[in-house]
Parts: sequence; structure tokens; C-alpha cells
Amino acid sequence: MSTLMSGARMLVECLSREGVDCMFGYPGGVTLPFYDVLYDHHIRHVLVRHEENAAFAAEGYARATGKVGVCCATSGPGATNLTTGLVDAMMDSIPIVAITGQVPTKLIGSDAFQEADTFGITRSCTKHNYLVKRLEDLAQIVHEAFYIAASGRPGPVLVDVTKDVLQGQGHYQPVTAIHLPGYKVFTEGHTGQIRRALQLIGEAERPLVYSGGGIVAAGAAAELRELVELTDAPVVTTLMGLGALGSSHPNFISMPGMHGSYAANMAMTNADLLIALGVRFDDRVTGRLAAFAPHAKVIHVDIDPAEIGKNRAPEVPIVGDVKRVLTKLNKLLAEARSANGEQPHAARRAWWHQIRQWKEEHPLRAATSPDEIKPQHLMAEIDRLCAGQAIVASDVGQHQMWAAQLIRFHEPRLFLNSGGLGSMGFGLPAAIGAQFACPGKLVFAIVGDGGFQMSIPELATIASYQLPIKIVVMNNGFLGMVRQWQELFYNNRLSAVTLDSFPDAEKLAGAYGFKGRTIEQPRELAAALETAVNEPGPYLLNVKVSPAECVYPMVPSGAAINEMVLGPPNPVAVPAK
Amino acid sequence: MLQVISVHLENKPGALMRVTGLLSQRGYNIESLTVARTLDPALSRMTIVVDVDPVLRQQVIKQMNRLVNVLQAVDLTECPAVMRELVLVRIRTPQESRTAVLKEAEIFGGRVVDSSVEGYAIEVTGAPEKLDEFVDVMGSYGEIDVTRSGTLAIALDAKKLRLQPPVLTRTGAQEEMVIEPPV
Repeated sequence: MSTLMSGARMLVECLSREGVDCMFGYPGGVTLPFYDVLYDHHIRHVLVRHEENAAFAAEGYARATGKVGVCCATSGPGATNLTTGLVDAMMDSIPIVAITGQVPTKLIGSDAFQEADTFGITRSCTKHNYLVKRLEDLAQIVHEAFYIAASGRPGPVLVDVTKDVLQGQGHYQPVTAIHLPGYKVFTEGHTGQIRRALQLIGEAERPLVYSGGGIVAAGAAAELRELVELTDAPVVTTLMGLGALGSSHPNFISMPGMHGSYAANMAMTNADLLIALGVRFDDRVTGRLAAFAPHAKVIHVDIDPAEIGKNRAPEVPIVGDVKRVLTKLNKLLAEARSANGEQPHAARRAWWHQIRQWKEEHPLRAATSPDEIKPQHLMAEIDRLCAGQAIVASDVGQHQMWAAQLIRFHEPRLFLNSGGLGSMGFGLPAAIGAQFACPGKLVFAIVGDGGFQMSIPELATIASYQLPIKIVVMNNGFLGMVRQWQELFYNNRLSAVTLDSFPDAEKLAGAYGFKGRTIEQPRELAAALETAVNEPGPYLLNVKVSPAECVYPMVPSGAAINEMVLGPPNPVAVPAK
Repeated sequence: MLQVISVHLENKPGALMRVTGLLSQRGYNIESLTVARTLDPALSRMTIVVDVDPVLRQQVIKQMNRLVNVLQAVDLTECPAVMRELVLVRIRTPQESRTAVLKEAEIFGGRVVDSSVEGYAIEVTGAPEKLDEFVDVMGSYGEIDVTRSGTLAIALDAKKLRLQPPVLTRTGAQEEMVIEPPV
């Protein structure tokens, strides 16, 4: 059976068959045929105010749900504006599909109006990309794009469609199979390696689970919990994995790395076994690689073979879907336990004792002051309102690190972050995507006064769809993270980091037709946040915080992660045990 | 020492760029590159000669294998493999040394592909280092112009090429499509 239809309708039909219910985009000249079909189609098209934010919103949607997020832009500037979001999704392994329009086939290469080499430009920004020049290829390619985006290690896929393909008429034939002879998806871990992992876990005296975004992508939170319960191993979770093990789980230590906790970094440094699950030994986690986890053997589980041994050669490499690998490993652990019985291990008890001691020595504590709102105080209050259940989309910078340290997440897919790329401007559009994905959920956008102004046009999107997002600007009047580095490493020569003009929040929100407020007194904080949460519509809360605060602990660039600066004014270098 | 990577990839637009992009993004120069289709016209085989440190080379090869269009990328540097290159040399030579040039070409197993009053065009195939010598020798007889194919390589104990099987999709339902009413 085939049906005669336009390429544009075929494209929409394919999106519909992929289960797309919502997409984020911005129309333009060459995508007119596509938008004409969308006009009376059930797929909801959300009009953002800048294409970059369409990609970020699609990411927000995908990060909050695990489903493929979709964004759309026109040729030329529309497509080039998407690229930051594509790289962002690439770095964090987020499944999105970007549809871009391209000038008619016969004009490609002629410097036509709004022409750009989108296929070439986005080659390194995507997991895979396509240029569609023939209508008969369109349906196959769109379904391939969704398959590639969501399978294996997820990532962004771009489909560039020429205007003549959108306008052409052709017979639509439903696609029944995807054939990608070179696309290798490794799901089952090697049984022999999993047995070796079991052995190492049995022998370890100071084991530590180092889990990350891969647990979230694989939907393996339950399996992680089971592993932790079977082994009683302590767990650190990277920025991308926060929520993978609930923050209130007794085995959860916290986030390791550059702004990780003292206990997490000391545990990493002193562990004799790292069970690395869906992580990539990122430089922000490892610090100086040569000094990272010097006593540990490593079991590394990852779905992407190119991640294994990239930064740290593991003793036991396991290529596979972490959910399936953990299912197998847990089964073996349970069998071993029922065969040998519970063996409370003196060394393991000492290890736990040591970790508790580290936690007590330098806890992550929210400082407060009667005179000014400390940023940590702000995060602690937001944490109280979230109760581990709300979605928090963060921007990039100091507020992101404080949020990661102090807000608890009981489930995965609640803390949305630009982790790998660190794209300022991410927070607000990501919150938009998440709110469309989860209309009933409380969504916070926690942003700095810098990043907020990068995506400020999206206030219009929030207003026009009446999204009840609670925008909290942690306003310290600086590009805080850069200022912190200038203070600590460049003799406090504050160069180009002062943000001395910020709009009146009440007037700004009011101009868009919703409520807003600025506060600067600590006593106002709790009530102001509650007002924001109780407001049925959007709310913009501008919180003026103490400007000079730095994020601690901090591992200076090039230092080992146990060489933390724990706070001002005199840096304290902590020696390895 | 130069290293050799052999890549089996789909014969599709952009596939070449994806592979070479992994080297160029790191600022590595490709010493030589050959690519042509295989017995299966849907596939190509590529031989890349580069100078990359070994740890990085392993990483790059893993990333090549990760590309959707790449079926297999293997490092032939340490494997038993045969490497050959073709060189075409045009030499302008005076009458008195024509015979000597022919003799030299013969030593290298060369073949004259064109002969004129001015001189010869000669083709030689062989190991790349051998061709370097040939080019040097020819240069001593007169003015030369040289073009080389780049190294071709084949492993002596090749791994079996595995094609991934097709995956069925849920999007292929044949039911009558419902044209959605306006919302």
C-alpha cells in the first residue's frame, strides 16, 4: 500500500509514527511546506524565540523523559543557530533529532539566499547526519535518524531536507526495517568479564561505585540500587548521574570532582576498586589523571567501546548496556551471597567508618547569614520546596555547582544540566522542554544573571504558553565562575566579568504579563520562593545574593582531586592518605 | 614511523569526511589516503597513512568504528599486511641517457606507459620506500614530474567483516493513515 503525498506531509507522518507529540522550532523560507502541514496536525509545535533554544528545549524534553526530543529550523542561520544545542546533546549523550530545511537541490553550492553547508557544519556536532536530496529516501532516513538517536549511546541526529523534497509529491511506503550495516550497538556485556568483575568486587576492601549519566540513559536506576544493596558499596554520582541513586540513600556520598564533596573525592582517591558505571572519566571528575584513584582497580561498564580505556585503562572492561550488565552482575552477586552467606568484612566496615568520618569532617553545608542571602542558602531553600521530586533545569556556572551540591534528587531525570559542553543559556529553554514533557510537574529554572540574559527572549515563549516555570535568578552581579577563577588564579584582576545592569524583575516579568519580584533579604527568601511555587503561572524571582562567594570545595585545574581547596581565605591542601 | 589504518565503510556521500574528520579535528595530517569501492559496490575500502602516537591511534580507530557509516576500522601498523603503492613518473631525458633510464626502470619492475621524443612516462608499483628510491634514481637522469597513488594495504589474516543485520521497526504499520482533524 502506498499513498501519494507531499514530502512535507511524509516527514510529518514519519514524526507522528515515531510518537512525536511535541517539537520545538522556528520556521523560515525553505521549511514553509513543512509548517503548512503542521498547521492542522496533532503534533504540537512550540515556537521558541531563537533556534538555539529550540535545540536546548528538545534536550530538556529528552532529558526529562528519555524520549527523543525534536527540534526544527530553517536553512542557513536557522541551522547554524542549532549547532550549540547539537554539540551539547552530543557531549551529554542526549537523544534528539533536528530537522533542518535546505535550499532546493539545484541551488546547493550556489551561495543561494540562506544557504549554509549544514551537512558539513554539523558533521562533527552530531552522532550522525543526513542530507535528503531524493524524496524516495526521506521516510527511511527519518526513521533511521530516530533509531540512531535513541539506540546505543544516545545522541543528536540531524536531517537536512531540501525544499524540493518537501514540495515534491511521492508515494509514501511505511518503513518496516532499518538497515545500517556499520552501526554497531553493543548491549550484552561479556559474561567472562562480568564474572571477573564479580571476583574483584568480592576481593575489594574499599570498593566505590562511580556512576554517571549512563545509568540515567539506560534506565538502570533500579539495577544500581540493587547492586548497592547487594554489595553495600558507597556510591558517588557525577553531575550527569545525580538522582541515579536517590540523594537520601544511605550509601550515597555525593558528587565527586572539581566541585565535588570532600568525602566523595577522598573516597575516590582511597578506594581500592572503582565500579565505574556509565561514566567517561571526564576531566572535571578526575582532576589530574595521573593521580586519580591511584590505589584502585577499575571495572568500567559502558555501551560505547570508544570510552573504555580512553582516559583510564580498566582492569575489567565491559562493553554493554549498563542495565543488562548490572542485571547479570546482580544475579551473580546474589548467587554468591546465598552460597557463601553474609560475610561482614572488617575491612569494609573500616572503609565505611572512614567515609563517615570524611563526611563529618567537611560536610556540604549551606552557609547562611542574617545580612545577605548566601547562594548556598538559596539552594537549600529550593531543596526544601523541591523535596527531591521537582525538576530543576540549571544553567552553567556557580549556581549550577551549588545546586548540584545542595539540592537533593530522589529520582533520575530531575536535574537537567549542560554537563559536558557547559553551555550558558541552557537552563531556561531546557526548563521549557521539560515543562512540555511533564506538564503536571513543578519545574524550576535555576539560572545565573549571566546565562539568564543569554536566553532571555524565551520569557516570551514561557508567557505565550503560560508555562508555570519558576525562574530563579541567582543574581550576584558577576559572571561568577569566571570571577572566582580570576580571584583565585589571576590576582583578583576582575576582567570583563561585571554584570552591573540587570532589568527590574517585576517590571520585566510584568512586561510579559506574569509576576516577578526581586529580593535581597534573607528573611524574605523562604516566603518569596513559596509565593513563586504557589503562583499558578510563570514566576520570575530575582534573588540578589552575596556577590563575593566562591564555590568550595574546589580542585584547582591540574591538581589531584584530593588536593581540594576547602574554603577561603587560606587554601588548605589535603594530603592523600 | 608512519602507521596504516584500513577502513571498510559505506560508499555514501560524506562517509569519507566523517573518517578523516576524526584526524583533522585533532590537527593530524594525513600522509596518504586511498579510497575505492569494493566487490560490493555499496561499500568502499580506505587506506589511511598517518603519523599519530599509538595510544591516540587506538582511540581514533575506536571512534572510527563508532561511526554509523564505518563497518570496520583496523590498525595494520603491527599486523602482517602487504602494502603497495603506484607511482607515475614523467621524465624528460636527453637521447644519450634514454637506454640507461629504461634499464633503471626495469630494475624497479617499471613499465613504460608512454614514450616520446622528450622522454618517457613510467609506472612502478611496490613498497612505498622502494618507490622513494625509484623517484630519486629517475631524478638523477633529468627533469621529472611525479604522482603517487598513496599506500594501499591489505591484511594477510583479515578479520571477517560482519555486517549488522536489519532491525525491524514499529513504524511500518500498514494500516490506513488517519489524516488528523484540525486541533
